[in-house]
Amino acid sequence: MHALRILRGGTRARLSATPGDLVFEGLSTLVALSVVGLLVVITVILYLVAQESIRVNGLRFLTDTIWDSVSQRFGAAPFIYGMLVTSGIALLLGVPVSLGIAIFLSELAPPWLRIPLTFIVELLAAVPSVVYGLWGIFVLGPAMRIYIEPGVQSVLGFLPLFQGRPIGSDVFTAGVILAIMIIPTISAVSREALLAVPDSQREAALSLGATRWETTRLAVLRYARAGIFGASILGLGRAVGETMAVTMTIGNRAAFFGSLFEPGQTIASQIAGRWLDASTPLELGALVELGLILMLVSLIINAFARLLVGRFLRVGEGAE
Amino acid sequence: MVTAEEMEKLQRGRPGRGRLPVVVAVIVIAVILIAVAAYAGWLFPSGGGKAKVTLNGAGATFPCPLITKWSSEYANLTKSTTIPGPQVTVNYNCVGSGAGVSQITRRTVDFAGSDAPLSPSERAAAPNLLHIPETIGAVTAAYNVAELSTGLKLTGFTLAEIFRGTITQWNSPNISADNVGVTLPARPIQVVHRSDSSGTTFVFTSYLHLVNPGWTASLVGKAPNWPVGIGAQGNAGVAGKIQTTPDSIGYVELAYTVANNMKVAQLKNHDGQWVSPSLAATAAAAAALASPPPPDGDWSSVSILDAPGATSYPIASLTYLLVYKELNVLTAMDGTKAQSFVNFLWWAIHGGQDLSEPLTFPRLTTGLVTLNEGAIRSITFNGQTLNPT
Repeated sequence: MHALRILRGGTRARLSATPGDLVFEGLSTLVALSVVGLLVVITVILYLVAQESIRVNGLRFLTDTIWDSVSQRFGAAPFIYGMLVTSGIALLLGVPVSLGIAIFLSELAPPWLRIPLTFIVELLAAVPSVVYGLWGIFVLGPAMRIYIEPGVQSVLGFLPLFQGRPIGSDVFTAGVILAIMIIPTISAVSREALLAVPDSQREAALSLGATRWETTRLAVLRYARAGIFGASILGLGRAVGETMAVTMTIGNRAAFFGSLFEPGQTIASQIAGRWLDASTPLELGALVELGLILMLVSLIINAFARLLVGRFLRVGEGAE
Repeated sequence: MVTAEEMEKLQRGRPGRGRLPVVVAVIVIAVILIAVAAYAGWLFPSGGGKAKVTLNGAGATFPCPLITKWSSEYANLTKSTTIPGPQVTVNYNCVGSGAGVSQITRRTVDFAGSDAPLSPSERAAAPNLLHIPETIGAVTAAYNVAELSTGLKLTGFTLAEIFRGTITQWNSPNISADNVGVTLPARPIQVVHRSDSSGTTFVFTSYLHLVNPGWTASLVGKAPNWPVGIGAQGNAGVAGKIQTTPDSIGYVELAYTVANNMKVAQLKNHDGQWVSPSLAATAAAAAALASPPPPDGDWSSVSILDAPGATSYPIASLTYLLVYKELNVLTAMDGTKAQSFVNFLWWAIHGGQDLSEPLTFPRLTTGLVTLNEGAIRSITFNGQTLNPT
């Protein structure tokens, strides 16, 4: 770290020496700043298009449960609800599995297994979401309908959440797809967090006679919890914005659902399904306003997660 | 950590090693580009010397197979040097009627396809659009129930109750009354509908409104607020969803039902007869259309739903090409393109009709062909009439 800082400082001093370097510095600064500019431009333009809907619907947009293009009445509540529920299911199912993967990879796996396994888990993140969607339609959906959902229902069927007839293209299926999709993100970042725990922590626990599990639980997980939490939030960030796979599995119904076995819709899937046919400025504005909400939510979640993960990894390195 | 020596290296950079992959990548990309260019050149050699014109359309998914076929046939036809004029490529983007209407209104396409005629407000937003019915569609009620074979009898009233969610079981009295001797399963009905804005939905919901007062006007449209059901994208999406969901019922255009070999319901028509969806039954419904409005008139009330006639299929509809009467409103239009455009339209309602039946589309009736001839002759560019050939 220290040496690198000197390196950067030194380079900067040399850069100011020749005109070519000055031009290069100017250009790269411009390119870097243009990203910020782009974000501002996107936000402003989205706002302008959404204006019609913001003016007509006002705050009611967030609470209205009807989306009806026949009567031109648009409310975002079912989609916000759908987004929260599917992301919640994804986190509930995805975090424990990811944590298991991360612990295995950082604490338990023998080196010959660790490298290929890490590679494969990270490869899962590279699978395009439309492929997950196809798999969701043809494999996961039927499996959910025939085996998993009736199974869950036979145990938890007394809860309103698991009532009704399993159909396989519903909120629960979308949540499971999302869980699978966010596992690579959460497990990769959690693994980084676990690896950043100094060995002195593990050695201290082991020397006190702790078993492997106790060491992991008390010395490693506790130390890394901020990083793991941040990793989960990063996963959440991916889940709320995921579009294609959700659109293909959630059943696309713009209404509230009482049971997870009913079709629903998220903000992202509603935009994806409807943007082409928005025929009036109001409907287009309402869709774009949905986009603004999604963008805002994603920005907040990602900023929060990066803050947590970044701080944790810095602390970890500092202790080394 | 970084030693002083490594630092030195980093600052100097490593010319030879760092550049090699870049050079290789550039060469590979260049080779690919050259290969693609050469391949494309070999692929369309006969176009050499002949000018090319591209017409862009978008809209209804229902006539998609037909228009796509027209597009390839017409490109082949006009490629030949014995036919005067440029080679014409028609790109038709099957995005749904709602999207088609909004794109032609914004003038981002040369023509649109729509299963629904323009509503008065849509007509006000895009004045001077001609309705050119290019084929006739039928919407079928397709289902997937293991015990039942094709041809379950359903009245329009019952169908509306199912899609309203008031009839929820396959063995409900309403269904069994019309199907004496058929053992209906005691399982819930799973409704499937379109999730996008669709002309097929408009036709289907208009029919339900016509035959069942409980299906209110507020539920009629390209994307109504469905009381029950799972949504799926496009005709193909609904067909797929029905096939993968046991005990489901949904509405799909005839061509898609036939292509997927799906079980379809017989419906009771205006004359009280049970009719299975077919080309002949659809054409019979179209023949019942008495006096259509002029092409540039208001078509919003035109309907061949629940048409009279013993053999008429009740959920039939014209599907339209929407074309500006004065083509200079489109920025990407010029004289040559306008001429090619009317030639294509002329061909579509004449020679193109020969391609319909193999693709499960009925031929236009002679009355509609005559009407369309007048419409196409009335198209102008900069005020000049174009004589279609």
